[in-house]
Amino acid sequence: MDRRAAESHFMSPASQPTAAGRFGAYGGRYVPETLVAPLDELAAAYEAARRDPAFQDEFRSLLENYAGRPTPLTYAARLSEELGGARLYLKREDLLHTGAHKINNCLGQALLARRMGKRRIIAETGAGQHGVATATVCALFGFECVVYMGEADMARQALNVARMRLLGAEVRGVAAGSRTLKDAINEAMRDWVTNCETTHYLLGSVLGAHPYPLIVRDFHAVIGEEARRQYLAAARRLPEMLIACVGGGSNAIGLFTAFLGDREVKMVGVEAGGRGLRLGEHAARFQGGSPGVLQGTFTYVLQDEWGQIAGTHSVSAGLDYPSIGPEHAALHDAGRVEYVSAGDTAALEACRRLARTEGIIPALESAHAVAEACRRAPALPRTAGVIVNISGRGDKDMEILQRELRL
Amino acid sequence: MESSLSRFDAIFARARAERRGALIPYLTAGDPTPAASLGAAQALAAAGADIVELGIPFSDPLADGPVIQRASERALAQGMTLEGVLAMAAQLRRAAPALGILLFGYFNPILRYGLPRFAEAAARAGADGVLVTDLIPEEAQEYCAALAARGLDPVFLAAPTSPDARLERIAAAGRGFLYAVSRTGVTGARRQVPESARQLVARLRRHTALPLALGFGIASPEQVREAAGFADGVVVGTAMVERMHAASLERGPEAAAPAAAALLAELRAGLSFAAPRG
Repeated sequence: MDRRAAESHFMSPASQPTAAGRFGAYGGRYVPETLVAPLDELAAAYEAARRDPAFQDEFRSLLENYAGRPTPLTYAARLSEELGGARLYLKREDLLHTGAHKINNCLGQALLARRMGKRRIIAETGAGQHGVATATVCALFGFECVVYMGEADMARQALNVARMRLLGAEVRGVAAGSRTLKDAINEAMRDWVTNCETTHYLLGSVLGAHPYPLIVRDFHAVIGEEARRQYLAAARRLPEMLIACVGGGSNAIGLFTAFLGDREVKMVGVEAGGRGLRLGEHAARFQGGSPGVLQGTFTYVLQDEWGQIAGTHSVSAGLDYPSIGPEHAALHDAGRVEYVSAGDTAALEACRRLARTEGIIPALESAHAVAEACRRAPALPRTAGVIVNISGRGDKDMEILQRELRL
Repeated sequence: MESSLSRFDAIFARARAERRGALIPYLTAGDPTPAASLGAAQALAAAGADIVELGIPFSDPLADGPVIQRASERALAQGMTLEGVLAMAAQLRRAAPALGILLFGYFNPILRYGLPRFAEAAARAGADGVLVTDLIPEEAQEYCAALAARGLDPVFLAAPTSPDARLERIAAAGRGFLYAVSRTGVTGARRQVPESARQLVARLRRHTALPLALGFGIASPEQVREAAGFADGVVVGTAMVERMHAASLERGPEAAAPAAAALLAELRAGLSFAAPRG
């Protein structure tokens, strides 16, 4: 990467939020007063860092030499052939160190934490991928690390719990509420509001109060920049379509951002359809949700008629969350990105299909994007190119896959 | 521009005239049951509470410690809704005409209900003001306008981490009184009143003439006495919820009201208050 390319992913003009952190009507800061000062401190540190060539050089070097960037863009020949339509390309974030895109943001935020002189890091995790990536960078930087994880998620992603512990992190189980990602975030915010003077909250998605959705987006923008360059080099034109799964939405925003200015490129975000579209059975915020405030930001939220946050379900812990990043809400309302959902069964089937046709086992989260690609490809012309973000690998999901697919 | 004196203004003026701090207990509406929490609020008023904070239960109370989290869960399990809290406020108002009533909660249930609709209903119920834990002045323009249109006071939090420029902004946005958070952290009983609380109140005084209530972590008569030495009012939340819950577990929901009144009496004794007012 040359300097200009590196700078462009920090200064992407595509959709800059307002100074108050608004993407259109969405975003902002809905937090207890105690957290305003640390959020301001973080925003100031990030503003300084994004202009600091030394910071950018160090971030780029870590991405290349530690995380393993750039990741390949793999043409999925057998799957495309089998589907008989568009040519599918896989952006291989599954090949990154720790097994998912999450490491991009963790490296960036670890550098910010060091800049702010904070040596204690807390994080939330759903599937455990962000927790593992956080534990990893804390080991690398010599930070103390506490990861909050819902007890239901600890049970279904036990392997990642062990990985975090091996890396030296303390994993604190959260027994409140649905015992999943939402509850882990509540608990991490309670820790932060208590210890904000010494602690950096390494939030793992494009969620939460400003400036988090902006910072996390920028640290993942490298995904789309690489994919755009790689696709242009391979096909000599832009792809017709991008497809990514959307929990909080960090891998999707990471892929989409570099293409937002390319009007001809269609973008699809895939939410978790779970077991069906009744409230509580899914995590499809754009189908069953409405604008509201949860965990620091104004965005689409699954809620009941009284504004209580609804339960969610997905076979994939990383998508099992009742709200979505505010920039996605703005992209949805603007019609720039189409949001659809794929259910548990479709995701599991897509996981098996990608494994058998391409020799790639995607994370269950990413399998939702694969499912949507399989649904759409046959109807697209053979000349069309579709980039599917394989945001993570499926090793962590083997127990669930063993059970659900009777392996 | 103050159009008229609000009930909060009158309450703090009276407390000041009586050379004492205002006592402000919190309870979660609907815990242990809707009827028992109304009974407890009425008992608190009768026992001499100046203002009662009625907590609106929320599924994701991220500024609260475990005691109030569980109270919120119990209240929701009892079917408590924002409309239920407003109905409870109306009944409390009929029983205690002079009591200050502050609705206390998180933004989403209020936003979902609709800001103007909420303000109208809260005013009709006889509430005096509203505190939304996850709403800072920067995000509160529409909310403040809706409250002002119905004569309700928006009460904001000030924190030890807030720099002076923010304190000025909070003071400018708040009406009735300001709520000083004694320490960084979530709600929950602690042993001492931290030095940060005294410093915050002193800093706030430079920016406002509004009365200052101190809360978060205050649980004992000794702490109430200490806090009232430098703040105009003292909030006791977790200790109240805990006492009511323990009594309810032991002797049934009807025991929550006498337990709440007994704790208030202890806290008042710590202050050697004047005789209870009617």
